[in-house]
Amino acid sequence: MNTLSALRSFGQWFAEFRQPGRGSSWLVGILLLVTLTMSAANLLLPADSPLYVSTYTITLMGKYLCFAMLAMAVDIIWGYCGILSLGHGAFFALGGYGMGMYLMRQIGDRGVYGNADLPDFMVFLNWQELPWFWFGMDQFWFAVLMALLVPGLLAFGFGWLAFRSRVTGVYLSIMTQALTYALMLAFFRNEMGFGGNNGLTDFKDILGFDLQADGTRVALLLATTLLLVLAFLSSRAIVQSRLGRVIVAVRDAEARARFLGYRTEHYKVWLFVYSALIAAVAGMLYVPQVGIINPGEFSPLNSIEVVVWVAVGGRGTLYGAIVGALLVNYAKTRFTALMPDAWLFALGALFVIVTVYLPRGLAGIFERFAVGMRREKHGEKSWRENSGQLSAGEVSA
Amino acid sequence: MNSIHQLAGQAREVMRRDTTWPFLIPRRRMVDVSKDIILYLEDLNVSFDGFRALNNLNLYVNDGELRCLIGANGAGKTTLMDVITGKTRCDSGSAWFGQNIDLLAHDEAEIAQLGIGRKFQKPTVFEAHTVFHNLELSLRCGKGVWRALTARLSGSERDRIDEVLSIIGLESSRHQLAGALSHGQKQWLEIGMLLAAEPRLLLVDEPVAGMTAEEAERTAELLTSLAGKHTVIVVEHDMEFVRSIARTVTVLHQGSVLAEGTMDQVQNNRDVVEVYLGEGA
Amino acid sequence: MKFLLHSLWLVAALLLPAGSPLAQTPPTAPAVGELLQQIPNASLKKTGELVQQLEQAGGAEMRPLFEAMLAGELYAVKESDKLVAVTKDRAGRLVGREIFNDRKLAAFASRDLKKIRVNNRLRSQLRDAIARIDLLHGSEEQQHAAVLSILDDLSSQNMRLLRSAETAGASAQVQEVIALADAMVQLRDSRVLEERLAAIEIMSGRLEAPVRNQLQRLLNDDGEQEVAVKAAAQKALDKIAGRVEFYGQMEQLFFGLSLGSVLLLAAIGLAITFGVMGVINMAHGEMIMLGAYTTYVIQQLMPGAIEYSLLLAVPAAFLVSGGVGVLIERGVIRHLQGRPLETLLATFGLSLILQQAVRSIFSPLNMQVVTPGWMSGSLVINPVFSLTYNRLYILLFALAVFAALVAILKKSSLGLNVRAVSQNRDMAKAMGVRTELVDAMTFGLGSGIAGVAGVALSQLTNVGPNLGQSYIIDSFMVVVFGGVGNLLGTLVGGFSLGVANKFLEPATGAVLANIIVLVCLILFIQKRPKGLFPQRGRAAE
Repeated sequence: MNTLSALRSFGQWFAEFRQPGRGSSWLVGILLLVTLTMSAANLLLPADSPLYVSTYTITLMGKYLCFAMLAMAVDIIWGYCGILSLGHGAFFALGGYGMGMYLMRQIGDRGVYGNADLPDFMVFLNWQELPWFWFGMDQFWFAVLMALLVPGLLAFGFGWLAFRSRVTGVYLSIMTQALTYALMLAFFRNEMGFGGNNGLTDFKDILGFDLQADGTRVALLLATTLLLVLAFLSSRAIVQSRLGRVIVAVRDAEARARFLGYRTEHYKVWLFVYSALIAAVAGMLYVPQVGIINPGEFSPLNSIEVVVWVAVGGRGTLYGAIVGALLVNYAKTRFTALMPDAWLFALGALFVIVTVYLPRGLAGIFERFAVGMRREKHGEKSWRENSGQLSAGEVSA
Repeated sequence: MNSIHQLAGQAREVMRRDTTWPFLIPRRRMVDVSKDIILYLEDLNVSFDGFRALNNLNLYVNDGELRCLIGANGAGKTTLMDVITGKTRCDSGSAWFGQNIDLLAHDEAEIAQLGIGRKFQKPTVFEAHTVFHNLELSLRCGKGVWRALTARLSGSERDRIDEVLSIIGLESSRHQLAGALSHGQKQWLEIGMLLAAEPRLLLVDEPVAGMTAEEAERTAELLTSLAGKHTVIVVEHDMEFVRSIARTVTVLHQGSVLAEGTMDQVQNNRDVVEVYLGEGA
Repeated sequence: MKFLLHSLWLVAALLLPAGSPLAQTPPTAPAVGELLQQIPNASLKKTGELVQQLEQAGGAEMRPLFEAMLAGELYAVKESDKLVAVTKDRAGRLVGREIFNDRKLAAFASRDLKKIRVNNRLRSQLRDAIARIDLLHGSEEQQHAAVLSILDDLSSQNMRLLRSAETAGASAQVQEVIALADAMVQLRDSRVLEERLAAIEIMSGRLEAPVRNQLQRLLNDDGEQEVAVKAAAQKALDKIAGRVEFYGQMEQLFFGLSLGSVLLLAAIGLAITFGVMGVINMAHGEMIMLGAYTTYVIQQLMPGAIEYSLLLAVPAAFLVSGGVGVLIERGVIRHLQGRPLETLLATFGLSLILQQAVRSIFSPLNMQVVTPGWMSGSLVINPVFSLTYNRLYILLFALAVFAALVAILKKSSLGLNVRAVSQNRDMAKAMGVRTELVDAMTFGLGSGIAGVAGVALSQLTNVGPNLGQSYIIDSFMVVVFGGVGNLLGTLVGGFSLGVANKFLEPATGAVLANIIVLVCLILFIQKRPKGLFPQRGRAAE
C-alpha cells in the first residue's frame, strides 16, 4: 500500500515536470559514444584500415559540434523566450577572435616577418607596438576570460538597452542583425587591429601542442564534445527550473508575467547573456579547429543560417537544435561538394518549407510519433495533442 | 546669482530633515492601511493624442471593500486600471496605495509585488504551461532571476496550489496545458492565479465575459467571499452580475466619477439617468 | 584593306561637308593633307610645330583631330600612315573610326597600328588650340568653356584672341569671364596701385582655379612690395575660400540628399508592406535587384534605343518585381499570417533562392547597365560646384515616386482599403474589405516600387546578384526611424539618414560613418521605439 502511494506521488511529480527536452539524455550518450569511437579510430587504427577515421573527418566533426553549440545558444533564447536573434554570429565571432588573438600571440617569432613582439599583419601595416587591447592575450587564461567577458558585456549592454525599452519582435531581430553588420564593417577595417579583411590565421600551436598534430585535433574534438554536453546539461537544468518556466511564460504572455511581479526584462537580459556566452564558447572552440577567424563570421547571413538549423531541428527543444545543426551542416558539406550552385537553392527552400509546413521542426515530427506510440500502448490522452495551438502564441512578438 | 539661489534651494531640499532620500526608502514595504482606505486616486489626468481618457478623476476605495466600476465604453475604466497597475503613466495627479506607497513611482512588476493583482479583459494565461505550473508561477514569493533558478516547491506552497485548485474547480485538469482549457476555465484559472499571488488589492476586468450563467454565479460567489480579506475592484458590463455582487458602485463617465453609492442609489441618480437614457428622460 | 591606301588628305578633302571653311579655301587643303601625312613619323617637338601649322591651315575643321590626339586615341595605320581614331570596345577589340566624319572602320589588330605619342606640353598646346577654335567658331557653351580654359594661359596671343571674340559679339557670360581675364592680366602686368587693387576687386570671390592660383602666387611672391596689394589679395582669397567652403557643404548636402533619395526609394516599398501587413520582407532587396536586372534585359533587347530604355524599364521593372511580390504573398506569406518572425525567415529563404537564380541565369559577375546620354554629364553651377545629372534625376524621380504613392494611398479606392487594413485589420474585414486581395495588392505595390528603385539604382551602382542585400538593413532602419506606417516619416528618415551619413563621412571615413549611423539608430530605437512619427492612441498598443 505504502509503495503504491509512493509510486503514485512519483508519477504525479513526473507529470508535473514533464517538459519538452526532458528525457533527452540519449543525446548525450550518443554524442559521447560517437566522438570517443571516432577518436579511438583515428588514433589507434592504422591509416589503411577500413575503419580508420581521417583527421579531416575529426576536424569536420569538431566544427559541426561547435555549430551545434551555437545553434543551442540561439534556441535557448528563440525557442524558449521568443527572442529571434539574427546576430548571434557576432558573439560566436567575438569569442573566436579572443581565441584567435591568443593563438596569434603563440606564433611568436615563427611568423613570416619573424617579429616576436608583433603579429605579422601589424608588421605589414608598419605598426610599431602592440595595441593596448592585445596585452595579456598571450596568456591562455586571460584570453579565455576576455573571449567570454567581451561578448558577455556586449550582450548585457545590448540586451539591457533593448529589453528595458521593450523592443520586441521583428524590431529586435533587425536590430540584432544591424549589430552584427556594424561589427562586421568595423572588423573589416585594418585600423581596428584585428587583421582586417584577412582576419587572424596561420596559427601554430595551442597551450604548447602543435595544432596540426592528430592528437591535438582529437583532444579539441573531445573538449568540444565535453563542453557541448556541459552546456546542454546546464541549459536543460535552466529550462526545467522555475526560471525556465518563467522564461516560457514571458514568451507566451509577457504582460501577464509582468503583472505577476516578474521583471521580465531582467529575465530576458540574463538569458541573452547566458546564450551569448555559450555562443562565445562555441566560437572559441571553433577557431583552433578551422585555423582561421575573419570578419566574414560576422556576416548577417551566417547568423540567420544558424536560425534555420534550429528551425529544422525544432525550436524549444534543446536536442532539436543540436540535431538540426548537425544535419544541415552535413547536408551543406555534401551539397557544396556535389553541386555547389544548388546549395543556396536548397537552403532557401529549407527556410520556406520549415517555416510554412514544419513549424515545430523534426523534433515536432519525432514527438508526435513518440506520443502516438505511447498512446497506443496506454490509451492515455496526451497534453501534446494541443501542441499545435502553441505555435501561434509562441511567436506572437 | 539666480542660478546660485536655485542651487542653494536644491541643496536645501536635498538636506531636509523631514523627508527621506528616495533611494533610502525600502523598496518592498507592507502597505499601511491604518486609515482604512487602501487606494487614493486624486485628480488623475490621462490623455491620448488629445482624447482625455481620464479627466480629474477622484476615487477612494476602502480596505476590504468590493467595489464595482461601471460605465459606457470609453468611460476610462480600463485606463484607470492601467494607471493603478503602472501600465500607463498619467499626465498629472496622484495615486497612493494605502498611506505610504506612491504607485506612480513604481513600475508594473513592483506594483504587482506590492500586492496589486490584475485580471485582464481577455483571459491571459500561460498556454504552454500546465494549470499547476501556471499557479506555481503566480505564487507569492521572490520573483528575482536567481530565486527562480534555485526555487524548489515547498510543501506549504504545494498545499496552497492545491487549495487554489479546489477553489477554482480545476483539480481534475491540473496537469492539462492551460492552452487546452475552455474560455470559461481560462477565466477561472486567471482568477486562481491572482488568488495564488495573495494580493491586497484585486483588479478584475470583466470576469464573467464568455461564462455560462452557472459559471457567472459561482464567480459572483467567489468574488464576494474574497472581499474582506482582499480588496476587490470589478469592472463589468453585465448589470445582473453587478447587482448580484455589488455593495458600492462607482459610475464613470468621460473619464471622471459621475456617481457613487449602492446600486439602487446609482440607478435613481439623475445624472446617471440623464447620461444613460438621454437628455429628455 | 585596299581602300585604306588612299591618302588621307584626299579622304579628308572629299568627305568634308561642302559648306565648311576648309572646302571654301582650297589652297590650304593640300597643305593640311601634307601636314597630316607628316604626323606619324614626326618627333614630339615636330608634332608640336605641325599642330600649330594645322591650326592655322585647317582652323575649326581640325578640332576632331586635336580631340582624338588629346584623348590618346589617335593612331596611324602602319601600312599607309593613314591617321585613324581607335577606341577599345567592351570586348576589348580595337575599333577604328575616321577622324573627320566619324565613319566606323573595321576592327584593327594592335600590331597594325602605331600610336601617335603625346606629352604634357603637347597636351596643353592641344587644349589651347581647341579652346581657340571653340572661342571663335563654337557654340555659346563651347565659347564659355574655351574662355575658362584660356584663364590658365594668359599669353598676349590668347588675349588678342579674347579681344577678337569680344568684338565678334560674345554672350554676357563670356564677356564676364573676359573681363576677369583682363583683370588678371592687369594685376600681373600693371604697376599702378589703383589699377591692381581694382583688378583684385574684380577677382575677389571668383571661384575659377586660375584666379586662386594667381592670388596665392602673389602672396607667396617675396618680390611683391605693395603691402596694400598683398592685403587685398589676402582678403580676396579669404572670400574665395569662404565661398569654396560653402559650396563644399552644398556638395555634401547634395550627396547626402542623393543617398537619401536612394534610401527613400529602397525603403518606401518596405514601409508599405511593413506598415500595412506588419511583415518584414527580407526579400525586398532582391525585388530591387530584379528591377535592376529588368533594366539590363531591356537594354539588351533594344540596343538601338538606349536613350529610351529607362522609360520602358520603369514600368517593366514595376511589373516584374510586383508580379514576383504577388506570387510570394500568395505562395508563402499568406500561410504565415500573424507570425511575423516566421515570415521574416521564410522571406529570407526566398531572397537566397532569388539571388542564386539570378546568379545561375545571368552570371555571378556584375552586369553592365548603360547610362543614357541624357543622364550622364553634370549640371555645372560654378567651377567648384556641379551636380551630376544621374543623381539629380534620381533625386527628382524618388520624390515623384513618393508623391505618386501618397496620391495612390490618399485618393484611390485601393489606398482607402490599404489604410483601413493597416489601421484595423479585423474591422476592415468585418466591413467587407477583401483583406486577402488587399494584402496581395499591397505586397505587389511595395515590391513593384522596389523594382522601380532597382531601375534607379542600376544607374548608380553595379548590377549584381548582391545588389539588394546591402539595402535591406538600411531601408529597415529608415522605416523604423521614421515611424512604422507613416510615409512622411520614411521620407524624413531617408533624407536625414542620407545627409547624416554624408556629413559624417569626411570626418570619419565611409565605413566608420556607416557604423556610427547604425549605432546611433540602435540607440534611437531604444529611446523611441515607435520612431520619429509614431502612430499614437490606444489602437497602436
